[in-house]
Order: sequence, then structure tokens, then C-alpha cells
Amino acid sequence: MNEAQQTLWQFMQQQSDKLIAQTLQHIGLTFISLIIAIVIGLPLGIFIARRKQFAGAVLGFAGIMQTIPSIALLGFLIPVLGIGAKPAIVALFLYALLPIIRNAYTGITGVNTDVREAAVAMGMSSPQILAKVELPLAMPVILAGIRTATVINVGVATLASYIAAGGLGEFIFGGISLNNTNMILAGAIPAALLAILFDALLSLVQKVNLKKAKAFAVAAPVLVVLLSSFYFLPSAYGGKLTAGFTPEFMGRQDGNLGLQSRYGLKIHTIVISDAVMYKAAFEKELDVISGYSTDGRLKAFDLVTLVDDKKIFPPYYAAPIVSEEALRKFPDLEKTLNLLSGKINDSLMTDLNYRTDYLHQSPERVAKDFLIAHKLWRPARKGHAGEVRIGSKIFGEQYILANMYAMLIEGYTDYSVATKTGLGGTKICFDALTNNQIDFYPEYTGTGLLAILQAPKTVVDRLGGDKNKTYNYVKNEFAKQYHIKWLQPIGFNNAYALMMRQKQAAALGVKTISDLKHYLDKK
Amino acid sequence: MIKVENLSKTFGNIKAVDKVSFEVSERETLVLLGTSGCGKTTLLKMINRLIEPTSGTVMVNGENILNKNATELRRGIGYVLQNTGLFPHYTVAENIAVVPQLLKWDKKKTEARTRELLQKLHLDKKILSAYPNELSGGQQQRVGLARALAVDPPVLLMDEPFGALDTITRSKIQAEFKGLDELKRKTIIMVTHDVQEAFELGDRVCLMDKGSIVQLGTPADLLFNPASEFAIDFLKEQQLLLEFKTAKPAPPPKGGTFELDGVVLPSEASLWFLLEQLKFTNTEYISILDSERKEVGKLGIEKLMAAFYQHTKNYRHE
Repeated sequence: MNEAQQTLWQFMQQQSDKLIAQTLQHIGLTFISLIIAIVIGLPLGIFIARRKQFAGAVLGFAGIMQTIPSIALLGFLIPVLGIGAKPAIVALFLYALLPIIRNAYTGITGVNTDVREAAVAMGMSSPQILAKVELPLAMPVILAGIRTATVINVGVATLASYIAAGGLGEFIFGGISLNNTNMILAGAIPAALLAILFDALLSLVQKVNLKKAKAFAVAAPVLVVLLSSFYFLPSAYGGKLTAGFTPEFMGRQDGNLGLQSRYGLKIHTIVISDAVMYKAAFEKELDVISGYSTDGRLKAFDLVTLVDDKKIFPPYYAAPIVSEEALRKFPDLEKTLNLLSGKINDSLMTDLNYRTDYLHQSPERVAKDFLIAHKLWRPARKGHAGEVRIGSKIFGEQYILANMYAMLIEGYTDYSVATKTGLGGTKICFDALTNNQIDFYPEYTGTGLLAILQAPKTVVDRLGGDKNKTYNYVKNEFAKQYHIKWLQPIGFNNAYALMMRQKQAAALGVKTISDLKHYLDKK
Repeated sequence: MIKVENLSKTFGNIKAVDKVSFEVSERETLVLLGTSGCGKTTLLKMINRLIEPTSGTVMVNGENILNKNATELRRGIGYVLQNTGLFPHYTVAENIAVVPQLLKWDKKKTEARTRELLQKLHLDKKILSAYPNELSGGQQQRVGLARALAVDPPVLLMDEPFGALDTITRSKIQAEFKGLDELKRKTIIMVTHDVQEAFELGDRVCLMDKGSIVQLGTPADLLFNPASEFAIDFLKEQQLLLEFKTAKPAPPPKGGTFELDGVVLPSEASLWFLLEQLKFTNTEYISILDSERKEVGKLGIEKLMAAFYQHTKNYRHE
């Protein structure tokens, strides 16, 4: 335990630049959206307190915004606002809106009717009543709303990293992808501390004596604007081209780290989720992205992969990995899964992915069509000889493979199948396997080597990117360390690749990663 | 001073106030009396336009208030609420200074006036920096009155001003109010459902029911010449008490006084008051003194009772 803490501390020290930048971005995102929410929500709350016939509609709208799952909301906003800070701020703003409007409304309508009547009877005008009586008396409730909104925003802002808006989510989601607990904690702990800190500060503000409220009224906006400006500090640099890399790619030796050390590539980089990365490249928000070589969107968005002339991306041959316990429990499982072995090459996989990712066919249909075309499909036997649990990561290719395996198992054996698809990342999938939550899932040799085994550089160099050597190494190590068996590879190699828009690559004369580096270095 | 003509207010289909007319002359106190829902509060609130009339006119000092700016009108009319309506986030001093501030009085003038009011209303200067919730109910009500009187408006509207106080505090403050010079100079319209309070404080009483005036007259008019069954019923329970309180003995000779055990009693005291004084001392009678402090007569219980019968007989035959 002590050792783990030290490593976390070491990690945080090592990454202190990034940590500080991300924390500042996080604070900035939280407060920019908070300001906008206050500027819009407070007058709206006052308005509906005055004209109650609009209260239902306004509160209803803000309430609905609140219930949209955050990732879905970000997804809706990308077509309209692109990626980066804009959609993130809009999403956070929408989340902060409800508590602010509702509390302003409740606070003002909750002012004692005698007090309000007295204010009218003394001859105060409507704005005077608002400024001198209603707002001061509603202030504790309004502040409670702002406090709630702040805490919500600190939490939701972690998701901003999905759409290249930065923040502490970069570490959290990078860590989940990379199976790196320290990285997760380096993002999660500061995020939690920020939430606690702001909550505590705002609770102090709430208790401030009404007399001192005037000083606070001046100090608060200044402070909030100051905190908002944090967002722009780290991003006050730019470059010729912009690269968008997934959090996973950012932290990997066979990713951005390798690009820096082996190629010496220096490019302005933002972190983004792979769900929106391709589209962002297509829409010229990004110039270079870290994609997968069999991704269907490569075809859909007219992108081209750059040749890895220095061989930093190891082979990523896919194969099912199964716990040895499951193999004992389900004797027919191995030979059924191996039915797929060698059946899908790179171009076939790209095509299958294209059908799900771009033509939006269901993974189930794509899987069935493929099995029928290759004469592998058999109707389900509906047996009851035990339930095999299949896992998959959260992207199209894995869904397709999981569906194929499910159909094969149901068609060739008497086992029934439970699919647990959409497990967030390598770490979540692999932990599910080792903790006996699933029986198998499709994994890639390169991921096994680098993300799970975290093989030392010497081993990686010795394997030299060779397909068979890498497969044998991970197979042996997995059996030894985790009692997990790598079955036969399916055939395709879904390696990391750098991609650019075909037109731009041609215009700049960039074919390899070295070309890209030379172009960037030319002033 | 205040002239209300054909004033009506309808809420939906309900006629809260139905074609009410009356006049209040300068320095007079008119009490609007009735059960809850009789329209008395609605009527009161139309005079400073807290409620806008449906039809009819209200003239204050010869001016139709409906033609005036509502906020400016209200700054010139004092208003006292049942639950004081003091601003909880303002100190006592700030509460009293609300209207002066709206009228942009300078600080010194406001402070001088505040001090004057505190003294008149028997409030300690120490409470100036206190917040309303730190005061007793009686103190709060006094501060509420001070706020209404701050700019010395000629007209004062009071909506059940003593309704929230306990009986003991209420009669104490009522007595104080009655003796307050500041209030004697005002034209006051006050709402209450308390018959005794109406009779105690009103120069005239306006008895209302279902949005209309049942009877408007002096307390003695209402007692001894009730205009309808409703008026009789309304006063019935306290009839005798009110009669004792309304009736007075023949006043002492000019410049003379009533005195009991060497204590001077007010010359316009009611029979009720005098009987009470006799009851609480063991003295047999109250002396009537002339301007030279020579005893010219005695008031014992028999004499007071005789005066009561005389009084009621006179009124009933009027």
C-alpha cells in the first residue's frame, strides 16, 4: 500500500506539468460555464418568479437538460459546435442551469409575503424591491443553487476530455484505457478535492453575514472571472497542425511517447475520445489523429494512414483470450472459438467496421451476414449446458466479434451465451476477466504486451514488432501470470496508425511519419 | 381628507368590495370593522393601491389617487401591517429609514427623525442596530409604526396593527397609541375584527359585511342605534361592556379633575375605567375637584351606575 502511494506521488510529481495544466483547465471549464449559467439562469429565475405562467416551461426545459446523460449531450453537441471547449462549456452550462434557475425562483417566491407587501406599500418600485428586498433575502437559497451547480460541474467536467476540451478527465480516462491506476488516481483525486474545496468555500460564502454581502458581491464576480481565465492559460500555444490523440494513445510507449522519442515528433496535441476523433479530422478540426488501421471510418471519412517507417507500432493481432477456468468448465469452447481463426484479414475487418461505424448496420447483422457468407452460421441450438459470458470493449469491432462468437457458441454447442459488451476499456475488460466476471473477450497482442503486461523496453525491442514472436510472448506470459489462454489469432492486425485527410497529406507530401516530422520542423 | 366613492373590487365573480362610499375628515380615525372576508382589508389596500379598484374613485386631499404614480402615492401614505412586514435583513435603523431613503432625505435629517420617533414610541436607542428578529413582538410593532411615520405622512393606513400581539401587550400598546400626539395629527384608517379595539380607537366605526357597509357612525351610534340585525348580532356578546366603556359621567367643572387617593384620573374617562379604578382600590368614591382643587362632589359606585342608566336612556331616546 505504502509503495503504491509512493508511486502515485512519484507519478504526480513526474507529470506535475500536465497535472497543473489539467487542473487549471478543469477549474476554468467549471467556472466559465458557471458564469454563463449564472448570467443566464439568474435573470431567468427572476423572470419566472415574476411571471409564474412561464415557470413550468422554463423549469421543465432545464430539468430535461439535466436528465440527458452527459456523454449523450456531448455527442449531440459535436455536430453543431465541433469539438473542444465550446461544446464542453455548453454542456456544462446546461447542467448548471437547473439548480441556478430553480433556486433563484424558489428563493424569490419564498420571500415572506408580508415583507414584500411592506416593500410595495413603502413605495418601492419593482426594481427596488428586487434589489433591496427580494435578492438579499433569496441570496442564501440562490447561493445554495450555485453551490450545487459548481459541484455538478466539477464532476461532469471530467467528461470534457472526451471531446478534446482537456481537464482532469484526460488522466482518468487515459488511466482506464492504459490500465494505469496511478494515472486514474492522479486525475480522480484532484477532481474530488476540487469538488470538496469549492463546496466548502461556497458554504462559507453562504454563511457570510448579510452585512458583508456587499463586499462579497464585488469580490465574487472578480474571483469567478479569474478562475475562468485559468482555462486559457494552458492552451495559449498553438502550432501548424493539430493532432487529436485518444487518452490511451497519449500515454503509451507505442503511442505519443514513442512518436516523441523515436521520431522526435513535436505537434500541438489535444486529447479526444476515439468516438468523435475521425469525424473531427474529416471536419478539419484536427489534422492528424491516432486511429486504428482496420477502422471502418478510415474508409468513410477519406483518411489515409501514414507509414510507420521506424516501426514504433507493434503488431495488434486480435485473438480471443479465455480464462483457463472457463476452458475447463466449457470443454467445447476452445474449438468453437477457433472456428474464426484466420478467417478475417485486414481489409475484411475494415469493411465490416465500415458497415457498422458508417452504414450503421447493427453489429449483430454484420456478424450474421459474415458467418453466413463464410458458411459458418448455424441456427442456435438453445442448449442448457451452462452459460458462457462474453465481454467486449466499447467499440464497433469488438461488438462484431462478440456477436460472431455468441452465434458460433449457440450454433455449435449446447451452451447459452451472455454478452457483456461495452466494457469501457482494456483495464475494465481485463479486470472483468481476471475477476471471473466474464469468460473471454477479444484482445490484441500489442495491447497485451504493452498495456497489460507492461513489458519493459528491452523485451519490446527484442520482439522487434514481429507478429509471431509477440503472439508467443504474450501467450506464455498470460498463461504464467494470469492463467489466461490466448487462442489462435483471428487474422487481422488492428494496429495503431497515424492518419490524415487524404487531400491534405497529398498536398503536404506527407506519406510517412518521418515526412510529417520534417514538414513540422520546417519552421 | 379622504373621500371614497362607489368603490368596488371584484375577484373573478366574487364582489369583495361592492360600491362603498365614505369620507374621513382630517385627523379623524375611522375603523373598518367586520369578520374575515367582509372586504375590509381589500378596501383598505385600495386606498394606497396595493389593490387596484375595479371601479369607483378614491380622493386623497382632493386628488384622485388613480391619476397619481402608485409608488409616489405610497411614499406619502404610512402603512402598518399586522405582522409588521419589517425587512429581516435590515436593522431597526435601516427599517425606519426606508421611506426617507426612497425620498432621498439626507442622513442627518433621517437620523434626527429616527431619534424623535424612538423617544415618542418609548423605544431604546440601543435597538437601532438590532435586527427585527431580535425584538419582542411589541417592540417590532412599535418599529413598524415608526417606519410608517418616518416621513410624517398625513395619512396612515393600518391593517390589523395589533392582531399579532398577546392580549396584555395589545392593550398596553393600544393605550399608548391613543395617547400619541403624532397619531392625533393623522388621518387614520384602520382595519380590525376586534370590536373592543374598534370602539377604543375609532372616532367612527365602519361595520362591514359581504363587501358593503352595514353601518357607519360613532361607537355610541352603533351601540345604541344599531341599523340592522347584523349590527346587533355583531356587538351582542360585548354589548354591556361596550356600553360601559362608551358611557361617561358628567365631566368635572371647567379646570377641575377627577381624583382617586390623590391620583388624577383623565376627565374624559369612561364609566368602565372609573369603575375599574374603584374596584382596585379600597376607597369608596372618586372626588370631583374644581379648578381650585376644592371637592365639589363624589362619585361612588351608585352614582356611576346611575350615570350609566341616564346615559343609555338618553342615547336610546335620541
